Formats: sequence, C-alpha cells, structure tokens
Amino acid sequence: MFRIDRRLIQNFDWLTFATVLALALIGVMTIFSATRQPGDDFQSPLFMKQLVWLVIGIIAMIICVSFDYIWLGRIALPLYLLGILLLGLVLVLGKVGMGAQRWISLGPLAFQPSEFFKLIFVIMIAQYLSMIAGEMDILQLLRTFFVWVALPFVLLFKQPDLGTALVVAIIFSTMMLARGLRQKAVLLIFVVSLVSLPFIGNIVWTGLKDYQKNRLVAFVDPEADPSGIGYHINQSKITIGSGEVLGKGYLQGTQGPFRFLPERHTDFIFAVFAEEWGFLGSAVLLSLYFLLIMRGLDTARKAKDSFGRMLAFGITFMFSIYFFVNIGMTLGIMPVVGIPLPFMSYGGTALLSNFISIGVLMNVRTRRFTLFY
Amino acid sequence: MQTEKNGTDKVIIAGLLITLGFLVLLIRLWQLQILQGSEYRRVSESNRLRVFGVPAPRGIIFDRNGIPLVKNISYFCASLIPEEFDTQNLPALARVLKMPEEELSRRLNRKGQSPFTPVRMKEGLSFSDVSYIEARKSEFPGLMIEIEVSRQYIYGTVGAHVIGYLGKLNPTQAKDPAFRDVPPEAYIGQWGVEKIFDKSLRGTAGQRIIEVDALGREIRLLKENPPIKGQDLTLSIDIALQREVEKAFDGKTGALVALKPDNGEVLGLISAPSFDPNKFAKGISSEEWTSLMKDKKLPMLDRAVQSQYPPGSTFKIITAIAGLESGLIDEATTSTCRGGISFGKWHFGCWRKGGHNTVSLHRALVESCDVYFYETGRKLGIDRIYDYATRFGLGKETGIVLGSEKKGLIPNVAWKAETKKAPWFLGETFVNSIGQGYISATPLQMAVMMSAVSNGGTVYRPTLVKDEDPVVLRHAEVKPQTLEAIKLHLSGVVNEPGGTGGAARSALMTVGGKTGTAQVVSLRKESKYLTEKHRDHAWFVATAPVEKPQIALAVLVEHGGHGGSAAAPIAKRAIEAYMQPVEKKKEVPVVQD
Repeated sequence: MFRIDRRLIQNFDWLTFATVLALALIGVMTIFSATRQPGDDFQSPLFMKQLVWLVIGIIAMIICVSFDYIWLGRIALPLYLLGILLLGLVLVLGKVGMGAQRWISLGPLAFQPSEFFKLIFVIMIAQYLSMIAGEMDILQLLRTFFVWVALPFVLLFKQPDLGTALVVAIIFSTMMLARGLRQKAVLLIFVVSLVSLPFIGNIVWTGLKDYQKNRLVAFVDPEADPSGIGYHINQSKITIGSGEVLGKGYLQGTQGPFRFLPERHTDFIFAVFAEEWGFLGSAVLLSLYFLLIMRGLDTARKAKDSFGRMLAFGITFMFSIYFFVNIGMTLGIMPVVGIPLPFMSYGGTALLSNFISIGVLMNVRTRRFTLFY
Repeated sequence: MQTEKNGTDKVIIAGLLITLGFLVLLIRLWQLQILQGSEYRRVSESNRLRVFGVPAPRGIIFDRNGIPLVKNISYFCASLIPEEFDTQNLPALARVLKMPEEELSRRLNRKGQSPFTPVRMKEGLSFSDVSYIEARKSEFPGLMIEIEVSRQYIYGTVGAHVIGYLGKLNPTQAKDPAFRDVPPEAYIGQWGVEKIFDKSLRGTAGQRIIEVDALGREIRLLKENPPIKGQDLTLSIDIALQREVEKAFDGKTGALVALKPDNGEVLGLISAPSFDPNKFAKGISSEEWTSLMKDKKLPMLDRAVQSQYPPGSTFKIITAIAGLESGLIDEATTSTCRGGISFGKWHFGCWRKGGHNTVSLHRALVESCDVYFYETGRKLGIDRIYDYATRFGLGKETGIVLGSEKKGLIPNVAWKAETKKAPWFLGETFVNSIGQGYISATPLQMAVMMSAVSNGGTVYRPTLVKDEDPVVLRHAEVKPQTLEAIKLHLSGVVNEPGGTGGAARSALMTVGGKTGTAQVVSLRKESKYLTEKHRDHAWFVATAPVEKPQIALAVLVEHGGHGGSAAAPIAKRAIEAYMQPVEKKKEVPVVQD
C-alpha cells in the first residue's frame, strides 16, 4: 500500500499543494512582520518555529497522501475512541491557557487534542454516513447525532473550547446536508433550530465564561467601550482599513508590531497582512483560499466513492468554516471566537493538523480513478 | 449513477454559497480599505504617534550690570492620557504618585479635556519619584513623565515686584488666540516684566514626534523641531541696590523708587514687604495663594506704583520752585516762624512748636519750616502750585509699563469746583503748600519729580529696560539756576547742622534731599504715643551726587514716623549701594539653593 506508483505522482494534486504552500509561506512572512520588535535588537523566533512546523507538516501531508484513504475508514472507530479519550484527558489534566484548558503536555511538547479531533471527527462521520444507503430520515439523523456528536460536543464545550465545539457541530450539519436528507428531515431541522434558538441561546449564555460573553457584546456594539471589550474588533478594523488600496508595504505595518492589535500573529494575522499589502494583496490572498475551497469541492465531486466524497466535503467545509469565521471576525462582521486562520496563523499543532487534513483531501483526489486498483 | 448526480448537485449549491460568502468578504474589505481607508489610516497614525512639546528656554533676565536675576530650571511632571488609562488602576496610581485618589480623579475628569491629550497629574517630582514611576510605568498605560521648564528667581523676594513671576494660562488666556502656541501646561509670564515682555522672553516651543507602541513605550524619534530660545532681557534695575534696600526696609512697609536722572531708567523699585516669586514658579498651592492674599501687609501690592500718599514736606520743593519761578519770593525772602500762623479763625501749626524764628528760603527748606511755605503758598495761590507740580509730572500717570499705576492728585480751584462742588478756601492752600490735604502722589511720581529737579527739568517716562530710547514726557520749563539753587538747599537739608535729613549724609559724596512726614490723622500728637496704624508716613526724596546727579530717588515708609529718622537712612543706603563700583556689585554672592 505504500508503493509509490508513477501514476500516483502524475495525479498528485499539485494545485492544492502549491496553494497551501503559498499560504503557509505568506503566513511565516506575516508572522515575522507581526512579531517584529521595533527598536529592539531581540527578534522574536516565532517565525522560525512556524517554519520548522511547516516542514513537519509537509512531511506529514506526504505520508497522508501515500496510502489509500480507504484505510482511514477502517481505522475510523479506533481513532475516534482515541480522540474522545484524549479530549477527556484534557479535562482531567489539561494545561490552562487563556482561561481554558486545551493542552496536554507530553514532556517538552504541548499539544491540543481538539486540533486533531476535528479531522478524526470528519473521518468518523464520513465513514458512518457512507455505510448508510439512500436519503436519511429524521430517526437516522437523531441517532447519528446522539451516537457520534453529542459526547465530543459536550467535552469540547466543557474545556471550554467554544470555537471547536461549534465548528464540530457545523461540520456535522453541513456533512449531513451534503450527504442528503429527506426533505421532511431538513425542514424539521430548520423548524426545531428556529424554535429552540432562544432557549439554547439562553442556556449557552448562562454557561458562557465572562470573556466569551464580552466578545459577543463587543460584536454587537464594538464602539460601546473602545478600550475594553470592543478593542479587538476596533483595532482590527483600524489595522485592515489603514492598509488602503496598496498597503503600507511589507514590514511597514505599525498596528501589529506596536501591539495595538492583540493576537496579532495568531487569530488576527490576516489584519496584519491586510495592513501591509492593502486591498489588492488581501483580495489575492482571499482568492487563494477561495481557490483551495473550490478545489476541495471539486475533489468531493470527483471522488470515486461515497466515503471519499464525504471525507472531501467534511475537510473542505472545515476549512471553509475556519476561513469565513476568522476573516469575518477580523473584518468585524462576525463575533470574536478564537478561531485561527488555516495555514497562516501561528501555531504548530494547528499547522500540522491542517497539513494532515489537506493530505487526506489530496489523497481522495489522487485516487479518484477506480481503475488504478 | 444516482449518488454521482446527487454529489454534483450538492457541490454546486455549496460552491454558490461559498462564492456568495467570498463576495461578502470582498465587499467588506472594499468598504474598510478603500471607502474608509484614509480615515483608518489617520487613526492608525494617531495610534502610534505622540507629539510632545519641547518647551523653549526662556530668555534670561539680567540687571543693568549683567548680573543674571533668574535661572531656567526644568523639573519632572507625571501626566496621564485618559484614553489609555484604566480607571481600575486609580488606587494603585494614587499610591505611586503619593496623592489622594480624589485629587487624581478630579484632574482626570476635568471638563473639556480631550481624552487623548496628556493631563498633568503631579508636578515637581523628585528624582527618586521619577525612577520609582519609570520602574512601574508599564503597569499604567498612558502614564508618562514630562519635563517642564520654569524659573528660579535667584534673589528670591528681591525685585519681585519688577521681575514678576510665571504662571499657567488662566481660562481667559486659554481662549485668547495670542496664546495659541502656548502648550496647555506651560508657564508664561503672569506678572511684572515676565508678563510685560513675555512674548520675547518666551521663545518658540519645539516639538518631538515620537513613535510609541500600545504600552506607551517610545520606539524611536521620528522628527524633532528644536525649540527657539527666548530673547534675553537686560533690565535697568541694579540688583545690588535692590538687595540693599530690601535689607534696609527690615520688616517695615513702604516703597522706594530710584531713577537715573538723565534718561529715566529705573535703578531700583522696591515695595516692602515683598513676596517670593519662586512660590509661583512651580504652581502655587491654593493655601499659599490665600495666605498671600490675606496677608494684612499686602505683599502683592506694588506700593511704588499702586499706592498714593500725601507727599508731606517733600512737596515744599515744588512750592519753593513755584515761588522762585514766579518771582513772588527770592532767596532773600524771609518769614518769621512762631510755631504757627493764624488765619481768620484757623490756626496752622508748624511741626516745631517752638518755631524757627526768622528763616530765609534756604533755612526754611533745611529745617522744613511749615510757616515759611504757608506764606509762600498764600502768595502763590493753589492754581500756581498746581501749575508747577504738574510741570514736574505730578498728578498724572508716569506711563511706566507696570500695571495699575495710580496717578495721585494735585488739586486746583477748578478741580474742587467740579468734584466737591465747593469754592476753594485759602486755608486749603496753606495745607496743600506743605504737601498735606488733597494732595497725593505715588513714590514713583515723587522720584520722577526728583529726577527732573536733578537733571534741569526734563520729565522722563520711567523705563525698566536698559538702554532703551528715553521718552520725554515734558519739560518743566524752569530756569536752570532755580533748580541749581534748589539742589544746594537740598544739600543743606542733609549736610548742614540742624538739617532734617542728616541721616542721609554720606561720607562718599554729597547727597541732597528733603524729608517729609505725611499726616495720617489730623490729630497732632507725639508720634511715639500713637499706635503704628496712626503714625505718620515718612518720606525722603534725594539726589546724589548734588554736583552731578546720577541717582534720584523717593522713599516712603508707611507709618514710619518722621521722614528724617525712618526714610532718610534707607535713601542713604540705596545711594551708597548704587554708587559703589560695578566690580564690587558683581562680587555679591549669588544666592544658590
């Protein structure tokens, strides 16, 4: 199964690879600019770390392309159980960071199981859905939800990793819709969610930590307290807006390095890029993501089997959600939920898991012709 | 295949939704970067750029011999940018600045302040305060240390009424376009020559544009416009004279004005008691201000310019000149004094109850015989006295640049008819002939009069700046020999036996002068039995050296008693201090703190 076929290389998804490589390199460049220390000889080593993780990520990606993705379906259940176990472990002995415990330390390494769980979740759901024939009815929908989604959702919510919990829920919904539901089931989902929205909203609100509540308030009215909770959003808009058409030029941005923009190299990396490259640069960058997503959908369309299609849908939706929520947040049209921008935000675990995910996606495309086997 | 087609459907729907979302992002990006881009660019600039004013060093004020009277000092202040400050930190900041929390929040919340402009929280920080604050600055975003420039008045209270002091812009000035360039917390001249010549002393403030990060740390200096130093100012006053006179007053209340007879330069202007302008230079506390204002001795009042007193017997100089010039008396004219003169039902006493026997003009001035001048006044009539008094600048402002000058009063018939609606009585002429009654003058006016007597009759506007073109107010138009004769008589007052001004006699030169005792109450009692409040004001006007006058002056000691004993010694010390060689004046130890 690890035999490298010449045709495999011929069918390798060079476009996707080039796109994510470009995004990751732009990310490293932007991290360097964002973490500059003006007036200080000491320069932050974060961009080097990111570069190391990028190399590791590419290797992991190649490994993920090299075997037939059918195997993933076979190990989906053990993977899923391992993922649940790790999420449980985080709750028990997790490292607290930013008011939430998301990390597990393994010696000198600390990693976030939730980063990998998303992919495991996609694989599991894809595998499960591909085993069900025909359109699903309400009963099947509910069963799927309670068997595979409810537990991880609660575990993530408890960490609390609100962002990933919502992403998991949305991935599930979109995958269900892409899989095909009976019209009645679709209708019922909409009616139930509409009716229950205020109740769920209330439960969620009371369950939220203060900083999470603040973010929502700030989203609704960022000008209410410009130096307080609306600060992130305001500074992000200033950072992006001040780039104007052509940008201030690479390494000429001021909002990030001078720390007016919080989370400048992680969640708000796009703002730093937009400040230095302006509208033109930002439009090009967004187009790269658009290309990546469209290519993913195309992969789903061309997948040779149901599992492959669901896998491609799930991964593409995952990236789409991250992309839209993150960019929407920095542009001030979505609430601030701490979600990184795939391939660009600083963070080793996330970069690695993104490359693994893209490897799986490319795998589906590479093996789209049944006739190889 | 069923699933194949199904998948394609879903891909198309998903693709459309994603394209729609992508377009929304692009439109929003367009809105932020292109439609509102320039506004956000401006905000990001003001985020990182801080403009600091660099105060210009003020021009130094020198005395006439080039001795510096002031020093520029800089000191540290703590300021806060309200926008960047988290009010939760107020109690902690109060501890660091060692100030009550209420005071801090009062300063922070003053009306009309921009939240982006630094607000002065504390001034005059010590070095240890500054290092303490610097070490904790990162805990207080928006807190910064600024340097403010102010004055040290080297001689403290000496010359305070002339030099004046600095203060912050008051609310009226803050709105005045003339002060537009003055930074809100800067000090400007608010009194004395510091105020009068503020524009040239002030100089032009510079600017430092600094890049800062969100924690308020300075990253680098982007641009610097250096300040332009203010112009130095050389005053006409002689600090050695000022110091000596202030010592001579020794707790007494009064004033002295000394002029250079040949151009009207003010050599000394003292009002006692004085005040310490250093208290104003770093922002006077309201307690200190209240205590200055409530002080019964009115230290802030410039008695030399703003107070008028009956000139008493010093006015006899004018009566004498009027008599000689009008030809109604001459040197040989005598009067016989029996301790007073009766006119109708009134009796006008001479200060010496025993009388002066028969006196000529010379002895009448030397011994200050009142009867002689009653008779001269009677011959002259009030309107002639008025004429000669005004020729020497009395009854009118001298026009000195110091503010709120009083103009004194020289009465005449018309004046009385107009203001009192009553005819002039001859008895009033008697009283006014010896400088009592309605007559009044400021010490400055008496000095101007004395200066004109000394220089042959030119009345100059007193000026505080050295080597300015002298301004002639008028010419007295009297015969030079009249004034020469008067000077000889005045020399007699000081140097002859029996002269009332013996206390002004100097071993170094011939001093001429005239004593005066201005009645505070008409009741004639031995002054030593009177409480100070009712004791007479003591005057002495002088010129020296008589042969070629270089200084003319007037001294007034409030409730000092006799001019000869209270005022003449001060005049002597002033003259001797001024006439000493310049090198000696420069040896005067500079007061350091």
